[in-house]
Amino acid sequence: MIEIRLHGRGGQGAVTSAELIAVAAIHQGLYAQAFPSFGPERRGAPVQAFARISNTYIRTRERIYHPDVILVLDPSLPKLVKVTDGLKEGGVAILNSHHSEEEVRKMLGGYQGKLALVDATKIALEELGVPITNTTMLGALVKAIDLIEINYLEEAVRARFGKLADKNIKALRRAMEETQIYG
Amino acid sequence: MGKRVAKEVSIAVADAVAQCRVDVIAAYPITPQTHIVEHLSELVNNGELDAEFVTVESEHAALSVCIGASATGVRTFTSTAAQGLLFMYECLFIASALRLPIVMVVANRSVSAPISIWNDHGDIMTMRDAGWIQTFSENGQEAVDLVYHAYRVAEKAMLPVAVNLDGFIVTHVVEPIELLDQELVDRYIPPYRPKYKLDPKNPITVGAIGVPEIYTEARKALDVALENSYRTIVQAWKDFEKISGRKYQPVETYRMEDAEVGMVIMGSLTETAMNAVDKLREEGKKVGLLRFRLWRPFPYRDFLRAIGKVKSLVVVDRALSHGSTGGPVGIEIRSALYQSNKRPKIVNFVAGLAGRDVTVEDFIEMFEKGYTYMTKKAPFFYEIYGVKE
Amino acid sequence: MPKSPGLVSWKKLPIGMFILEAGNSVKFKTGDWKSMKPVLDKEKCIKCGQCWLLCPDMAYSQDEEGYYISNLNYCKGCGICASICPKGAITMVLEEV
Repeated sequence: MIEIRLHGRGGQGAVTSAELIAVAAIHQGLYAQAFPSFGPERRGAPVQAFARISNTYIRTRERIYHPDVILVLDPSLPKLVKVTDGLKEGGVAILNSHHSEEEVRKMLGGYQGKLALVDATKIALEELGVPITNTTMLGALVKAIDLIEINYLEEAVRARFGKLADKNIKALRRAMEETQIYG
Repeated sequence: MGKRVAKEVSIAVADAVAQCRVDVIAAYPITPQTHIVEHLSELVNNGELDAEFVTVESEHAALSVCIGASATGVRTFTSTAAQGLLFMYECLFIASALRLPIVMVVANRSVSAPISIWNDHGDIMTMRDAGWIQTFSENGQEAVDLVYHAYRVAEKAMLPVAVNLDGFIVTHVVEPIELLDQELVDRYIPPYRPKYKLDPKNPITVGAIGVPEIYTEARKALDVALENSYRTIVQAWKDFEKISGRKYQPVETYRMEDAEVGMVIMGSLTETAMNAVDKLREEGKKVGLLRFRLWRPFPYRDFLRAIGKVKSLVVVDRALSHGSTGGPVGIEIRSALYQSNKRPKIVNFVAGLAGRDVTVEDFIEMFEKGYTYMTKKAPFFYEIYGVKE
Repeated sequence: MPKSPGLVSWKKLPIGMFILEAGNSVKFKTGDWKSMKPVLDKEKCIKCGQCWLLCPDMAYSQDEEGYYISNLNYCKGCGICASICPKGAITMVLEEV
């Protein structure tokens, strides 16, 4: 089972991202759960969302304390929140950042583990015209963890976004290509 | 077989209600029930569901509308949580005594004060004496299946049914769910044809006064109806298994065969507790789990059978009964055991209030307590697990 | 045996204690509750029917001549008719015992 924790800001669509991951995984024939951090949310405040993916029925309702993957949608969050908190050894941190690997590792307090970086804000601005990176970052996720098939994710995006789907899929595909993986 | 889809549980529950061809929905939004009724109002608004959605001013009105509508012989639905349930309280007893087959989904949430929107069973446990059939689900699939089951049972037993699912922990999760094909739903839940209904062409009186010479008899009739509904409930699960392949029982057990320490729990924490059982079994400890799928009528025979030869029972309540000797489930179980020959030690915990996480490690610790008291006198009262002193 | 037994067996009660016979309140003559009864002065009565309209027990009905007469089997003696009568044609008098 893979556990994913998403970090975003209220209104950026972290919950939607988590849902799209689960929808794609389930339609692919896997088992999955997606859930928000339960409770009231404020626009702009740091928020978390969660997803679990497994080959077998997921029999737990615990919170996710030790994720295998963290997916950070907003480039400013690592300065506010310790995003790598609880990340499993051997896990991967996927971040939206235009900084170099070295700079990001420093920002994460000397993080040594596997890292995936993409400038998702730039891609989102160019492809969608808005700095909302929730679909873009899914491209980075597909590249960083070899689990979800891109066509199922595209299908989920299409079902969710209707007219806006094409642009979102383009951003997602671009992020997949542009994501750099380190260590 | 129905199609396996990825859905937020609330949405799937609403879809199942729509599949049951409900005629009148009356509800007032309250977290964490909101998505259920929101989706139903969408279905009515866009013409996918031919039903009357009454946007009432309160939960008291919501259940009142359902009572009135149900008395005219149509299929009704409402849903609520916490303070909303408490607000409809007086109507709960009327719905059951008038024998109206209303179905209500309760997205379980703790009651105020302090204000909490998170999950526990503090709301539903207040209505355990209200004469409703009450069932509990542990995940999205079960919640959906229990909705279908509720309509079949309600209209056969002529009693209202409350289906419970844990707020947020289940309601707000996207997970794989299989909805039944419409054709099967229609077969499982045929059109509702009440024996009596409010009809100007054939007037009757519903809700008359019960003078002292008749009230006791009226309540006895309800009491017997609820007790007798047990058979209808079990039969409806058997019928459901035939069409869906999914099996349900009043008391569900997990690895209870040879268990010496058992745990009793209800709702979504069950799944996490199962993992604790597996871990302890790997260490050679004979532990098992049982949970009440059916809470009212209380399935005491199934319960006594299910506990086998356990030496101690760890009862994990998700609600308090202030000033009492245990949590609601703990009290019930002690009472059921008193007249029986089985006398396991009862170790009663109250845990997971207001959505506080209960982990595998926590369950293991509670099991350990069960072992501790296996050979010595168990405490008479209960322990609020993990409370900060 | 309890000194205060039930009226009907619980097994014989209709479901939900519904009353299946419409208008069966006619069978229950509640007129003996009253201590005062209305008496009509036909000289003053203009047959306006306000007593009939406002009687909470629907005890009033019209006779052959068109006067509204209270059926004392159901009248509880509340006096609303006497109070509302625009001509003062109804007086409440002590019920003779």
